[in-house]
Amino acid sequence: MKSRVLELNASDERGISIVREKVKNFARITVSTASSTQSSHYPCPPYKIIILDEADSMTQDAQSALRRTMETYSKITRFCLICNYVTRIIDPLASRCSKFRFKPLDEENAKLRLEEIAKMENVEYEDGVVDALIKVSEGDLRKAITYLQSAARLHNPIIQPKPKRVDNEGDEEMVEGEEDDDDEDDSKLALDSKKITVNSIQEIAGVIPGQTIDSLLAACEPKKGKSAYPEISRLVQNIVADGWSAGQVVLQLYNKLVFDDIITAEQKSNIVLIFSEVDKRLVDGSDEHLQILDLALRISEVLTKG
Amino acid sequence: MLLVDKHRPRKLEALHYHQDLSARLKALANSGDFPHLLVYGPSGAGKKTRIVATLRELYGPGVEKIKIDSRVFMTTTNRKIEFNIVASVYHIEITPSDVGNHDRVIIQSLLKEIGQTQQVDIAAKQKFKVVVINEADHLTRDAQAALRRTMEKYSPNLRLILIANSTANIIAPIKSRTLLIRVAAPTIDEMVGVLKHVAELERFEFSNKLAERVAEESGRNLRRALLMFEALYAQNEVVKDNTPIPPPDYETLVGQIADELLADHSPARILLVRAKFYDLLTHCIPATVILKLLTFRLVAKIDDVLKADVIKWAAFYEHRIHLGSKVIFHLEAFVAKFLRILESYLIGMEF
Repeated sequence: MKSRVLELNASDERGISIVREKVKNFARITVSTASSTQSSHYPCPPYKIIILDEADSMTQDAQSALRRTMETYSKITRFCLICNYVTRIIDPLASRCSKFRFKPLDEENAKLRLEEIAKMENVEYEDGVVDALIKVSEGDLRKAITYLQSAARLHNPIIQPKPKRVDNEGDEEMVEGEEDDDDEDDSKLALDSKKITVNSIQEIAGVIPGQTIDSLLAACEPKKGKSAYPEISRLVQNIVADGWSAGQVVLQLYNKLVFDDIITAEQKSNIVLIFSEVDKRLVDGSDEHLQILDLALRISEVLTKG
Repeated sequence: MLLVDKHRPRKLEALHYHQDLSARLKALANSGDFPHLLVYGPSGAGKKTRIVATLRELYGPGVEKIKIDSRVFMTTTNRKIEFNIVASVYHIEITPSDVGNHDRVIIQSLLKEIGQTQQVDIAAKQKFKVVVINEADHLTRDAQAALRRTMEKYSPNLRLILIANSTANIIAPIKSRTLLIRVAAPTIDEMVGVLKHVAELERFEFSNKLAERVAEESGRNLRRALLMFEALYAQNEVVKDNTPIPPPDYETLVGQIADELLADHSPARILLVRAKFYDLLTHCIPATVILKLLTFRLVAKIDDVLKADVIKWAAFYEHRIHLGSKVIFHLEAFVAKFLRILESYLIGMEF
């Protein structure tokens, strides 16, 4: 297996020079046909595989250097590119590959998997926690699992009486075996302590409490005779000082506004325009305070116009 | 020694606010299964203090013995870059944004090197080493992409703690691999409590009113509040409730700029103001800070109708500052725009 598979990911150097040398050299080596004894154990295909993980972070030049290599050595070497965005792979490369699209997991499967993990780890949770997890993780199962684990660890105060650990200090081999026991201890303790709540999941995921968002929206609503500025600026200042991420503010405000039936379609489209602009600016690294303030004030303006 | 450093809490228990957060960190550190962390919050909220305390909880007092290393890395184009590393036996602290666009090289080579070696000290409490990455939100996309696999592949030997002001610039794959920890700025009451504690230790005469004012003035930034507090006691022999709090020099200057702009709306004024901007910039005050301060100063003094508009343009030019190369252009553009808005409003009034 080792002589037949080369894996490179974004943490490796993958400039054009590496593609020209390392990848090409690896691709060039012919594979020996598997001996009959080996192939009787496991059927071994007559080619090598190069896995390029996170291929969308490769430079254009490096990608174009791959083109010829892929064709020339196609008899003995197959390439496997993994990426988030197929659009970042240059066309000539994409057309040389057969594509497999991995859709985000649907909720049913994600739910089943989360429940299974929770069961195996003896994690207890309230009703609705799994749904909350799926909602905050937006189809990202790893995120959901990380949250689940963190919730289990963080929000249930695990008391740690670990005299065993002290005995084994300095004895590396024993510690290895000990780890499993500890995990069991943890889960037993977790069993005794309280269940994971929906709130704890939201706190871990960094979801802003609905109240905060609601009050900000309320401040944006048109008021007769007086300006919305002082109230909005006060609320925004608090949001920033509380350390909520601006991206989350934008997302949650957006979700609230888009599904608000009172707002007319025209207003909505104007508001969405503002959202897209602010989002772009945030990604470019603008100051969060100013951007949220701007966002809120402009929404307020749109709402006032009617 | 500054009060900020002198009275920095060293243990999780000694932290004054966000008790539940401290308790959670403590539980995590003791659980033997420590995840990667992404700690975010505004500056002066106590992110770093909390991290250092957590490290101490993980490894004991040994983490406080730190040394500074200077390492040389080679980029792909064979350029040498020097990079400073703060390290103890158990952890390493880096600020990759120091080297700007070359941070990817650092992440690739340094983290791998650390990840491939095991803990040197066998008696250490944890089997993994911790790498603290400061200013993670300033990491380039490439560097963040390089982190992804490293985080998974070397997880037996390596835990990452990323410190950032905001999570907006951190790519989703990193966010989903880390436990997000939000450190909110302390409330005014909590800050007063901390100031009181420090005052007691330093035998300052303490007054609640003054502490409240300091806390308000600092914009919920504890580090700043402590520095202001210290300055107050250093400058005045007797501190009373109504002793004026001296603002930093640059704030005074920005205040002056704002006043000058409001006094006279002529192009000649822009020229005058430019000199002041240059003055601020040469003293290494970030353009964003200048623009923000100026905006809030101006907004406080103009009519309510204009406020939304001014903020809109401030946000616009602040964005430009990040995209462009010469910040002075954008600062001046903002000033010109502001004067235009103000002037057209005033003329509109007269008609």
